[in-house]
Amino acid sequence: MKEKKLMTRRRAIFTGLTSASALLLSGCLKRTPPPTYGNILRMGDDLTYMAQRGLLSQRALAVEYQKSDISSFPGTGNNNPADPKIKASYSKIYEDLQRNNFKDWALSIEGSVAKPGKYSLADLKKLGQRTQITRHTCEEGWSAIAEWTGVPLGPVLQHAGIFPAARFVSFYGYDNYAESIDMLDALHPQTILAYSMNGEDLPVEHGAPVRLRVETQIGYKSVKYLSRVVVTDKFVDPGPDISNGWSWYTGI
Amino acid sequence: MENIRHKRWVKSTHLIITFSFVALTVSGFVILMAHPRLYWGQTGNDLTPALFELPISRNYHHGGWEKSVPFYNTAGSPVSAARTYDIFNENGWGRSTHFLAAWFLVITGLVYFITGFFSGHFRNNLLPRGREFSFKFFWSDFVSHFRKQTSAGVGPKYGLVQKITYLWVIFFLFPLVILTGLTMSPAITASYPFLLKIFFGHQSARTIHFFSAVALLLFLLAHVVMVARSGFKRNIRAITFGK
Repeated sequence: MKEKKLMTRRRAIFTGLTSASALLLSGCLKRTPPPTYGNILRMGDDLTYMAQRGLLSQRALAVEYQKSDISSFPGTGNNNPADPKIKASYSKIYEDLQRNNFKDWALSIEGSVAKPGKYSLADLKKLGQRTQITRHTCEEGWSAIAEWTGVPLGPVLQHAGIFPAARFVSFYGYDNYAESIDMLDALHPQTILAYSMNGEDLPVEHGAPVRLRVETQIGYKSVKYLSRVVVTDKFVDPGPDISNGWSWYTGI
Repeated sequence: MENIRHKRWVKSTHLIITFSFVALTVSGFVILMAHPRLYWGQTGNDLTPALFELPISRNYHHGGWEKSVPFYNTAGSPVSAARTYDIFNENGWGRSTHFLAAWFLVITGLVYFITGFFSGHFRNNLLPRGREFSFKFFWSDFVSHFRKQTSAGVGPKYGLVQKITYLWVIFFLFPLVILTGLTMSPAITASYPFLLKIFFGHQSARTIHFFSAVALLLFLLAHVVMVARSGFKRNIRAITFGK
């Protein structure tokens, strides 16, 4: 006689996997993924984004290192927006700011905030300070460790009064480079507006006077030479990463 | 030799994993071309010494750097330098292709693991048994691979050397290449920092990732040679759509 079972093993595995994926999906679907424009690679990027948001702890801190771990650090990408010979990243305003040792630099905070406005470095410093020795992981394959001091972005956004509907934050650099991150990374305690590297003012090739540090993503999200921070309710890709053929989310 | 057909789930997972492995190899090579230097430890970049550098792109030994500036006023201080060289970099599609293919590999690999474990495939077809546990038996099977042989079957049951190689690839090389890959992710290592500990740091993980990928490629080469020597058409039909 055939043995009667409540459930076959195959069925048990199948049910288990289905319910696990249902749980995962329900955690992800609350988020709208970035547009893919029908590109299969961007669909893969979105899958990684959803899976990392669904499966990883969003409060976990990136590993912080010791002073003795600090390494040499290449300056790559745009290395000096004050250089008129490099047309793509040249900015007259930046050249003037640099000539005056960035005394007149101010960060503009705009968009979905109650009090948009300009913040000088002294204004920003009043909102908090964090020093972290972290690893910069470049998409090219190299990595470097440095000590960064800056103002955590979370308190800055709170001071500007972000509206509850706000979901994304865009960062614009004087080098015509821009990136955006979601609110989870924006409010991450290690996401800082860094003004100091290894105890000194930020060198020009590393984004003087203030750059972004997003420690839970790949290096190219950490915009240098910050000029504007724009809070939005809807997804924007100011780079643009996606239409240039790059992943918008780079947790991996 | 006794001839058992490949199960349908073995054929389909084998096919998907083969395609994703090829995509991972091509895109992995493109990613390596952007920075063909490998290191040991937490960090490594053009301003620090490398274990070795591969001449696989114009980035090899490029000297496009401005004069380096030390961060501290001490001897041997870490330095900063700006890059002036326009490097080869196709990582936009390279990275995304790599991760998309990795999703196929990881999901199919999980299905393979679970089914292989519960269906008895690992126990019955891959685990060496009884009289196979002898060096003499291993040696005679090993040597026979270098002789002209045409009599091997097209599915299980497998020879001893074949079993040991498959077990090594399935339970060591693939888990190693996947875990070291994940160790390069800043978001994953924030949640699971032990990964950086067990692989001795971010750049060590990258180097181990490279060598385990090379080992997998060597396996693929040997695998294809053996498949060809024991009847290419017959074997390919058996692992794909044939009966």
